Amino acid sequence: MSALSQRTIEAIRKNESQLLASWSATLDASGASRDSRISHGEFEGQTREFLRLLVAGSSTGDAASIASNEWSETRGFLEKLSRSRALQGFDSANTANFIFSLKRPLFDLLQQVYADNAAELAAQTWAISELLDGLGMHTIKTYQKSREEVINRQQEELLELSTPVVKLWEGVLALPMIGTLDSQRTQVVMESLLQRIVETGAEIAIIDITGVPTVDTLVAQHLLKTVTAIRLMGADAIISGVRPQIAQTIVHLGLDLQGIVTKANLADALSLALKRSGFHVSKGG
Amino acid sequence: MERIPILRMGEFLLVTIQVDMHDQLALTLQDDLTNMISKTSAKGVLIDISALDIVDSFIGRMIGTISGLSKIMDAETVVVGMQPAVAITLVELGLNLPGVITALDVERGMRLLRERVQAR
Repeated sequence: MSALSQRTIEAIRKNESQLLASWSATLDASGASRDSRISHGEFEGQTREFLRLLVAGSSTGDAASIASNEWSETRGFLEKLSRSRALQGFDSANTANFIFSLKRPLFDLLQQVYADNAAELAAQTWAISELLDGLGMHTIKTYQKSREEVINRQQEELLELSTPVVKLWEGVLALPMIGTLDSQRTQVVMESLLQRIVETGAEIAIIDITGVPTVDTLVAQHLLKTVTAIRLMGADAIISGVRPQIAQTIVHLGLDLQGIVTKANLADALSLALKRSGFHVSKGG
Repeated sequence: MERIPILRMGEFLLVTIQVDMHDQLALTLQDDLTNMISKTSAKGVLIDISALDIVDSFIGRMIGTISGLSKIMDAETVVVGMQPAVAITLVELGLNLPGVITALDVERGMRLLRERVQAR
């Protein structure tokens, strides 16, 4: 039997202020409540709210199954709490500690209440321990999920940020690629470049791979795809920024870049593009 | 029966695909175009696919086939106005269409066609 007895719940309710005080003391001792990212008042509000929900939840629901409906309010509170902790930049231990540090005050209380009944004390201690562990795990799970959401959003933003298409000259677009090329990025890059070609009517697109750390067979295949798509639309592609090491890797891997115009740097590519579009650059004076 | 119109402009033929292509339509276009080239002895064919936004492998191959056909019948062929989505689809399908000459829009396609015909 792992449900909390009525006597325990009654004891918690009666000694609420004392529990809160010793809980805060434990949190203070671990330094969690003195953090500048969260105010003391907010912390106290959270501890009081959680204790209230704990009492409300355990008087109606089974302590062993926190997934049940009776605990939904508590779960909601913890989810909100861990999400805000994740956004504020707290680590997971800190977030979990919020729940786990309630154990000691509660155990002390139980010891006082069940001083005469050792068997009941053990059973209730076990029940409370299990309940808090479950709630703590739930908090961590939510914390991790919110962190993952943050990471995913950042990844998406990075994807968008790292693919600017710039206009170099009338009818000449350039795409400076930075970072490793994978399928997803190639897709985004290809789409934005092709879209810009349609919008501007540019006839030449320069793909600069100076910022691409390594070129392997997969990256070369992605480059080939992009170049082919550009050709199908009726524009020409030039690949620039082929560093000596990259040239060596390409040749050693035996990659076939036939039909692709490559240049060592962006300046060479631009001068070729200008020549093709019939522009002449001369020094004045 | 539904047909794609083939317009004559001097020594060139102009094909504008304005509807969604299906297989039968593509085959009819192949027949019509080859007949038209032989009838008018056109020097060049311009195929505008700017309104085409969905392709499958069959239509993709058809673009290549038509281009090859008219080349054999001694007419230069330029495909113009391919949409980004179409280009990406064709590349992902592995249809690189080597030998197909492309241009961004009709104007540039016409210019390219004239240059190529004059150079012969």
